Amino acid sequence: MLNYIAYRLLLTIPTLLGAAVITFFLLRVIPGDVVAVKLTGDGAIVSQAVIDAERARLGLDKALIYQFSDWMLGLLQFDMGRSMWTGRPVIVEISQRFWTTFQVALMSTAIGVLIAVPLGTLSALKRGGAIDYATRIFTMAGLSVPGFWVGMLILIWLLQTYGWQPPITTIPFISDPAGNLSQLIWPALAVGYRFSAVLARIIRSTVLEVLGEDYIRTARAKGLVPRIIIGRHALRNALLPAITVIGLEFAFLFGGLVVTEQVFNLNGLGKLFVQAVANRDFIMIQGMVMLFAVIYIFANLVVDLLYAVFDPRIRYGTAEA
Amino acid sequence: MIAAMASRGSSVLSFARQQPLGAISLLLILIMFFAGVFAERVAPYHPEVIDFTSILQGPSSAHWAGTDAFGRDILTRIIYGARTALLISLVSSLLGCTLGAILGASSAYFGGRIDYAIQRVVDILLSFPLIVLALVVVAIMGRTLVFGIDIGLIAAITIPIIPQVARVIRSSALSIRRMSYVEAARVAGYSNTRVIFRHMAPNLVAPYLVLLSVYMSQAILLEASLSFLGLGVSEPTPAWGLMLAGSATEFFAQAPWMVIFPGLAISLAVFAFNLLGDSLRDWLDPRFRT
Amino acid sequence: MLNFSGRELKPHSPHVLETEGVAKPLLSVRNLEVEFRTSRGLVRAVRDVNFDVAPGEIIALVGESGSGKSVSALSVMGLLPKANSEARGSITFDGRNLLSLNEHEMRTIRGRQISMIFQEPMTSLNPVLTIGLQIIEPLQTHLGLTTAQAEARAIELMSLVGIPDPESRLNSYPHQFSGGMRQRVMIAIGLACNPKLIIADEPTTALDVTIQAQILELMRDLTRKLGISLIIITHNLGIVARYADRVFVMYAGRLVEEGNITRIFETPRHPYTMGLLLSVPRLDQGARSRLNAIEGLPPDPSKEIAGCPFADRCPFRIEICSQPPQLEFTDVGTRSACFRSDEIAEGKLKWRSPQGGGEVVSLPKAKTALVELQQLSKSYWVKKGGIFGRIGEVRAVADLDLQIQAGETLGLVGESGCGKTTVGRLLLAIDKPTRGSIRFDGQDIYQLNKADFARYRHDVQVIFQDPYSSLNPRMTVAQMVEEPMIAHRTERSREARQDRVRSLLDQVGLRPEIAERYPHQLSGGQRQRVGIARALALNPRFIVCDEAVSALDVSIQGQVINLLIDLQKQFDLTYLFIAHDLAVVRHISTRVAVMYLGRLMELASRDELYENPLHPYTRLLLDAAPVPDPELERQRPVRVAPGEIPSPLNPPQGCVFSTRCPLASAECKAQVPQPREVRPGHYVACIKV
Repeated sequence: MLNYIAYRLLLTIPTLLGAAVITFFLLRVIPGDVVAVKLTGDGAIVSQAVIDAERARLGLDKALIYQFSDWMLGLLQFDMGRSMWTGRPVIVEISQRFWTTFQVALMSTAIGVLIAVPLGTLSALKRGGAIDYATRIFTMAGLSVPGFWVGMLILIWLLQTYGWQPPITTIPFISDPAGNLSQLIWPALAVGYRFSAVLARIIRSTVLEVLGEDYIRTARAKGLVPRIIIGRHALRNALLPAITVIGLEFAFLFGGLVVTEQVFNLNGLGKLFVQAVANRDFIMIQGMVMLFAVIYIFANLVVDLLYAVFDPRIRYGTAEA
Repeated sequence: MIAAMASRGSSVLSFARQQPLGAISLLLILIMFFAGVFAERVAPYHPEVIDFTSILQGPSSAHWAGTDAFGRDILTRIIYGARTALLISLVSSLLGCTLGAILGASSAYFGGRIDYAIQRVVDILLSFPLIVLALVVVAIMGRTLVFGIDIGLIAAITIPIIPQVARVIRSSALSIRRMSYVEAARVAGYSNTRVIFRHMAPNLVAPYLVLLSVYMSQAILLEASLSFLGLGVSEPTPAWGLMLAGSATEFFAQAPWMVIFPGLAISLAVFAFNLLGDSLRDWLDPRFRT
Repeated sequence: MLNFSGRELKPHSPHVLETEGVAKPLLSVRNLEVEFRTSRGLVRAVRDVNFDVAPGEIIALVGESGSGKSVSALSVMGLLPKANSEARGSITFDGRNLLSLNEHEMRTIRGRQISMIFQEPMTSLNPVLTIGLQIIEPLQTHLGLTTAQAEARAIELMSLVGIPDPESRLNSYPHQFSGGMRQRVMIAIGLACNPKLIIADEPTTALDVTIQAQILELMRDLTRKLGISLIIITHNLGIVARYADRVFVMYAGRLVEEGNITRIFETPRHPYTMGLLLSVPRLDQGARSRLNAIEGLPPDPSKEIAGCPFADRCPFRIEICSQPPQLEFTDVGTRSACFRSDEIAEGKLKWRSPQGGGEVVSLPKAKTALVELQQLSKSYWVKKGGIFGRIGEVRAVADLDLQIQAGETLGLVGESGCGKTTVGRLLLAIDKPTRGSIRFDGQDIYQLNKADFARYRHDVQVIFQDPYSSLNPRMTVAQMVEEPMIAHRTERSREARQDRVRSLLDQVGLRPEIAERYPHQLSGGQRQRVGIARALALNPRFIVCDEAVSALDVSIQGQVINLLIDLQKQFDLTYLFIAHDLAVVRHISTRVAVMYLGRLMELASRDELYENPLHPYTRLLLDAAPVPDPELERQRPVRVAPGEIPSPLNPPQGCVFSTRCPLASAECKAQVPQPREVRPGHYVACIKV
């Protein structure tokens, strides 16, 4: 198992490198020049000298290969350069906001899983029944309703019933856990609804697929009780694909919360990212995109390792191809 | 292809019979298209004219969905918003799905190093949620108006769709490539073009249509999100996402209808395309065909 | 009294109630009706089926797909989907009517009193649970054993079914077992609680013939020893003949004939049984003539038939056949649902299908090699299991030398992994050989220029196994048959092409209205005929038939084999006939090549190979396959090939068959034996011959 972890960790290196290359070149395909675009974007007239000075300051006057190696060397030391907007190190800006987003993502995932696992399973077991029909509508709505609109509806409801408004600043969990949770539960609910819809649909279809498998028929032919047939035989197989969805959707939330954070006035990664895009702060964008990629790659790694734990076919390898 | 569809009897009718939910969603979509196209005739007011005499009015017989902070009729703006949403989404999802399908199918057909290279890039692009990629494209392209259409916004919605569609179509194409009828076609000595266009492409139409419907809904959501963030459609053009931003956030306590109705419009549109995609998938799946 | 197989019939007093004569039956099925509600309406899958099983008896339910045999078994187990099906009648087991039991009561029967073994061993075990747990489960559920007791019993059961080293394999997972071993595990699970009855639904259909023999022998021996009754559900008449005491023949959801195994096989009294027995190619008889195929198709299960369901296809059909027949006792004590069974008994009715009879499948006179394979090898590189995924070489075909003569049918047989399909793919230039050459008409096909290669594509065609995936679902029959002519520009005008499509469809026995249909509107047999018409469109010289009849039901298979033989004569075709069914190969081939793990074991003319097999592998293969003749089967000793087919990733040193060969010695491991000509035209790759 340790060997496997080491092997999988080694495998992430080329993927990370690939992500870095793509991120780097993504922001070099801008028509024209980053600095010129940024400085003259609003129609301002800026002299070429100012542009050149800014280019030199950001190291953009060097050859691409030097720029890339500079960036890579920086990444290795957690130095992603400085924001073109605030002038502060990108890593500092990110780390100030990381935990808020992390917490909302985690809470949303928890809510999503808590709703989706029983709902998806039940709807598959009662296929064609009232619960299944209700679930189909619930999940289809969850996929269709914009998260930020759900957030706004929640805010309207909170304001009209309790007169509650979201605080301007994020309450840290350590100093005031109750205040923190009562602030973050609402965005987590708004996002968790969509999460639960995505997951419940996957679980429903995998449970249905597994219930049609020959080994379920074998289990029934053995005269086992339904609790064991479903719990031990069906769910163990059906929930494996759910691990992938949970892991990857969780990773997606780091970048995907942009709009919700805006609605709830949360100072998280999403808000930072939107600001960076609005301000065309390319150094910041580059750093954050790399961060999202790293989170995704590691979530993938964790999912693969969990698979190895739960699926003997991967743990022991298949005897034949 | 058309003959194949026709062979199933009148295909629209058989679809409606086998997938009643799909038929309802199709109807809903047709209504939206109709409203969007004929907005000038359908909508009761002008979408952009400001009327300070009727600011922030609740739903009434004069204004079914109320008015906004500039006294504009919300229902009217929703109807015109349908035009914006459907136009942008249709163009970008058609572009995204078609480019993605071409990329995915050629990746599968040629295989080898080309496939490997394409798939590695697709892998990395797939590690970002749609909205992140869309925002990156917005940052790169900015607002680029061509004939009054924001090319930047179209690209921001189109580009994130491409890798997703490419991945799905590639796997469909790979499984079709392994079917004996494709091998039989190769053994019969047919040219590459004949194998691709006569034997593979028609069998990719079904997954393509499903994807088109699904990404139509994603495009509507993306457009709404970007407009909400102020990075998509800009005032005074009526757009659903935009109607939720700005003054709506300031006044939603007094005028919740400003939030409720445009949000409903988005949800209903996305819902209809999702449901259509779902029903199409079931209907086109040969396992369900008798 | 007509003797069907031409053998002397022993004196026998008719009208002995054999089915009722035995002791009180263990299982008694009466008036069983099963209905499914489907999108196409109500389907009556089983209609008025009656049968008994005595304690310790082995019965067989035999029939083609859709005959209702599996549905009958599932209704005994109470495993039919409750949402859309309904079973009526009575199923009395040990004095209780199973159909009146609720789900809870039924669970105390399943796995405890009645066990079931399914067709697909690869998917019938749960992949994420250990073998041990899966054997223990019924012991704990039904007998309330502790884990320690249950494990001890599981070890006992595993050694009983011949799983080596059971203690350590308790913690293994299904994917670490081969198909044959998994089926042994299924048997162990079935035996766990000492049931009174085991139902085996096509238990060996997914297994290779040598493994099939192992599993069936094991099941027969164990059930006999433990006094368990066994219901075998199969389409394979050879298995029925070798293992069953009594047989029940089903057709279109009904029982059409039943009785003692010998009587049914020797003196069938129902036209369907007669036709079935005649349309099976026989391993033990040199087929010199065409098969007597049953014409037509089985009836659509969603359509109601008032009279005899077989009437449409029956050559003895008369007016009364539009009335529903009842099972009646015959002169030999069996029961037949045919109004004319007496006339059959008197020998007045002889089965002669319109296609029947015909001439000998003759060997070609001129011996010119059309296709020459020289030192042909093909390797694949695959990831060997395990987390580091080392790359391993699979030699699918190794150093194969083979000639196919113009006008002959070379049968290529072997079990899974023997490389026979790869040979076909190499010949079709779908895959490229790793080494060696393929010559067609004396020219190396990989050295051809573009025009000559197009010519090769023209001359060489293929018929695939799976009639479902081999036709493009979005093209009509006419478009598919016409396409080769368009692509190769053989028929320029549209009219000429349409004429040719019509005549091709006629030649493969399809009515012209089929031309406008899509594949999903056709039956399996019709699809295979379309595949043949498409292959013929360019007037090819050589056709690779890759398991071309394996997916078809027996009666349809006979029709297609006859068609292939007719077409060969008519168009002077050469066939490479790849198959795993030794009897089919014997019927259609002029020469036969036997492969094992990528290598040629034996090559000889058809009759020479089947009557005088020299290679130990060929002998075991022929021994393992049962023939549909109970007398013969009961007389001949069964020699079962021991062990498993080794993984092609790690083929044995020296002779690849040495690990399972009864003659093997140390020198067999020393080097790979080369095929040598032992007798004229008879090549054997074995140093012991």
